[in-house]
Amino acid sequence: MSADNEIIFQKKIDSGLKIEPKDWMPDKYRKHLIRQISQHAHSEIIGMQPEGNWITRAPSLRAKMVLIAKVQDEAGHGLYLYSATETLGITRNELIEQLQSGKAKYSSIFNYPTLTWADIGAIGWLVDGAAIVNQQSLRGTSFGPYSRAMVRICKEESFHQRQGYEIMSKMSNGTPEQHEMAQDALNRWWWPSLMMFGPHDADSSHTSNAMKWKIKRETNDDLRQLFIDRTVKQADLIGLEIPDPDLKWNPETKHYDFGKIDWEEFWEVVNGNGFCNKERINNHISSHEEGQWVREAALAYAEKTQNGVENE
Amino acid sequence: MTKELLYKYVLALGDDALIIGQRLSQWAYKGPFLEEDIALSNISLDMFGRANLFLEYAATLKGDGATADELAFKRNEREFCNHILCEQPNGNFADTMVRQFFLDAFNKLFLQKLIESKDEQLSAIAQKSIKETTYHLRHSSKWIIRLGDGTAESHAKVQSAINNLWMFTDELFESNKIDHEMVKQKIGVDCSLIKVEWDKIIDEVLSEATLSRPENSNMLSGGRAGIHTEHLGHLLSDMQYLQRAYPDAKW
Repeated sequence: MSADNEIIFQKKIDSGLKIEPKDWMPDKYRKHLIRQISQHAHSEIIGMQPEGNWITRAPSLRAKMVLIAKVQDEAGHGLYLYSATETLGITRNELIEQLQSGKAKYSSIFNYPTLTWADIGAIGWLVDGAAIVNQQSLRGTSFGPYSRAMVRICKEESFHQRQGYEIMSKMSNGTPEQHEMAQDALNRWWWPSLMMFGPHDADSSHTSNAMKWKIKRETNDDLRQLFIDRTVKQADLIGLEIPDPDLKWNPETKHYDFGKIDWEEFWEVVNGNGFCNKERINNHISSHEEGQWVREAALAYAEKTQNGVENE
Repeated sequence: MTKELLYKYVLALGDDALIIGQRLSQWAYKGPFLEEDIALSNISLDMFGRANLFLEYAATLKGDGATADELAFKRNEREFCNHILCEQPNGNFADTMVRQFFLDAFNKLFLQKLIESKDEQLSAIAQKSIKETTYHLRHSSKWIIRLGDGTAESHAKVQSAINNLWMFTDELFESNKIDHEMVKQKIGVDCSLIKVEWDKIIDEVLSEATLSRPENSNMLSGGRAGIHTEHLGHLLSDMQYLQRAYPDAKW
């Protein structure tokens, strides 16, 4: 029976149909999705912190409003993605617990600190830029709720990327100090952004099933290359230099060749030894704990009013 | 003469919106759950939007190429004339919600009157803002009721917030010379006239929330004259940091 189900399931996927929450799916497919979508949701949520770090110091009313709106969008993305994960039979509370205990991961990029205002530009331009490449590809993912969430999220992310690029452009063309901040931010965020696509295909443990099930549509290396090709031109346009001496156009492949990524640093940060790993999780835990009495009160009140006790 | 007074009147309204917007934005990712993070950011965004409209108008009245950003980021503590309630720290969620509830109830009544202003700009800003504030007030009053009538812990916290913030509420209804002149010219709002309705909103919500209204004692005021609690200076030094540190930069 299970073998039949599996054949039908794979046929659906091969013919480009979406898998919906009530459809039969292999346990490993379900687990893979829970891991991937929740990791994506957690990244949106933890990603609010490095940017939130600059909300109160944003240098103009407009910059402030745009940044608040962006961080708010991220909370919204986190919400849809938690909801998409919940359709797979896990609760938001369980997901939050996995995040706080370290069982679930989030994108390692958010363990780097935002030191200057230019970092807010760099996050929008590079981090959201890399995320878009990944998410555009995921619009075609085989699980319906995830695919639909991606369609919606992509629209907002492209606005985020423009916002980041605008900050970088203004700073690069501003005073010498501003230009220096912009270049410094690019220097610090470039390599971690490339790491966002994950290990090289040859070293990625999750790629093969994910491709067969069409959860992933393109490989880590292909997506990384697409991002680099796009971004190099954008850097040129605003007078910033990509911090990679090996970066050069290859007329044969029609892509940019680039230098070696420091995977040791990547794994260090993934394994908890980045600049802000502990702080990000501790902040999440403390806000969550601080909110406990509020959630309890809301629940207690809802129970009272549902029972009609409020009119006693 | 009127232009100078109108400038100061509009500037004060801008300061109120700016300072409460800045306070709310400090919640960013720290709310009790995600939906509330989104709600608080929304209210903060509305307040910054409103601040921007008032301050842009104030900048036009001031002339000399003044901008809204300059007014927001380059004035000192004593030049800010927001109500003191707006600058009070976020505290816990109950403190924030009580501050918001007091202000939302005031803003709703104030804006309803400001719509009738003879000044077209002010009337237009009021018309846009009243819709947002109606939603804000619904949000904050529901929270006051939930927290008041929720658990013993939430009841105690929200009651304590009410007791602590009460002394800043009288100031909302005071009138100075500028207000008097603006009222006389049918540009501004006579806040003494909205006090009764404000009391009514507060009493109704507190009663539904099983909370009690404090007595008026030690009521503080001074914000409109640039006298503030010490909290404002820290809020400004954070908010104005980049503009102050890099005066020649354009952002």
